[in-house]
Amino acid sequence: MARMKFICDAERCIECNGCVTACKNEHEVPWGVNRRRVITLNDGIPGERSISVACMHCSDAPCMAVCPVNCFYRTDEGVVLHDKDVCIGCGYCSYACPFGAPQFPSAGTFGVRGKMDKCTFCAGGPEANGSQAEFEKYGRNRLAEGKLPACAEMCSTKALLAGDGDVVADIFRNRVLKRGKGAEVWGWGTAYGAQQAGQPPAQSGVKS
Amino acid sequence: MILRTLWVIGAVALIGACSEKPQTAGGAKQDAAAYTGTGMAYTEKNWKTGDKTSWESALRARTQSGQNDYSRMN
Repeated sequence: MARMKFICDAERCIECNGCVTACKNEHEVPWGVNRRRVITLNDGIPGERSISVACMHCSDAPCMAVCPVNCFYRTDEGVVLHDKDVCIGCGYCSYACPFGAPQFPSAGTFGVRGKMDKCTFCAGGPEANGSQAEFEKYGRNRLAEGKLPACAEMCSTKALLAGDGDVVADIFRNRVLKRGKGAEVWGWGTAYGAQQAGQPPAQSGVKS
Repeated sequence: MILRTLWVIGAVALIGACSEKPQTAGGAKQDAAAYTGTGMAYTEKNWKTGDKTSWESALRARTQSGQNDYSRMN
């Protein structure tokens, strides 16, 4: 299997926030934490575009590189996860992430910054799959149930695609060919490298 | 002399209680692979728990059937 990836099709996103609601409901994410959110570019101007943003599970994740306690790990499917028992809530990952994915719930009497929380690609965490401890810390483990991320499965216009990178890139490529526009995928190059989804691979030896 | 020795031992024990706890930088715990399943009843039934190949093909099929609206329409 190729790596798990997200694609958000800005031509289709209607800013309904269904993905945000699905995520919050599925994982019972606390107040003040949004693992996924919808961003609108040029809001109110003709031609505005909306995109759904969360952790992109980058190929070369900067959060992993900067974590001082090495709490991050990557699964065989390329999903970037972290261990909340190791996280010290320092916030370095938040500064490093180009997508603003790491979230910090207020915890304790004085609302101090708690352990980092972020999108898990619905893959839970290092606790036993499907356990109560995993659910309380990381949310549901849908991948271990043979399902895909709730945000993408709930998306009404199928703007948000999630799954095997090859499969979702094929779906997106087919769309672009049919409609003849909107080949740009926001965040794809930043997260997974310079090659755009829906585009043929660059020739070897050619810098992209 | 005995009293003095006891006092020293007591003082060392008190100071020792103020020392730092040992810290281990082991990193994240080992995570079980997703294809090993959850053992829950509401798991999808179209793959065999523990079989990576069937899990992968089930997820690919789910992506196509759930997210590729062109294949569903045509």
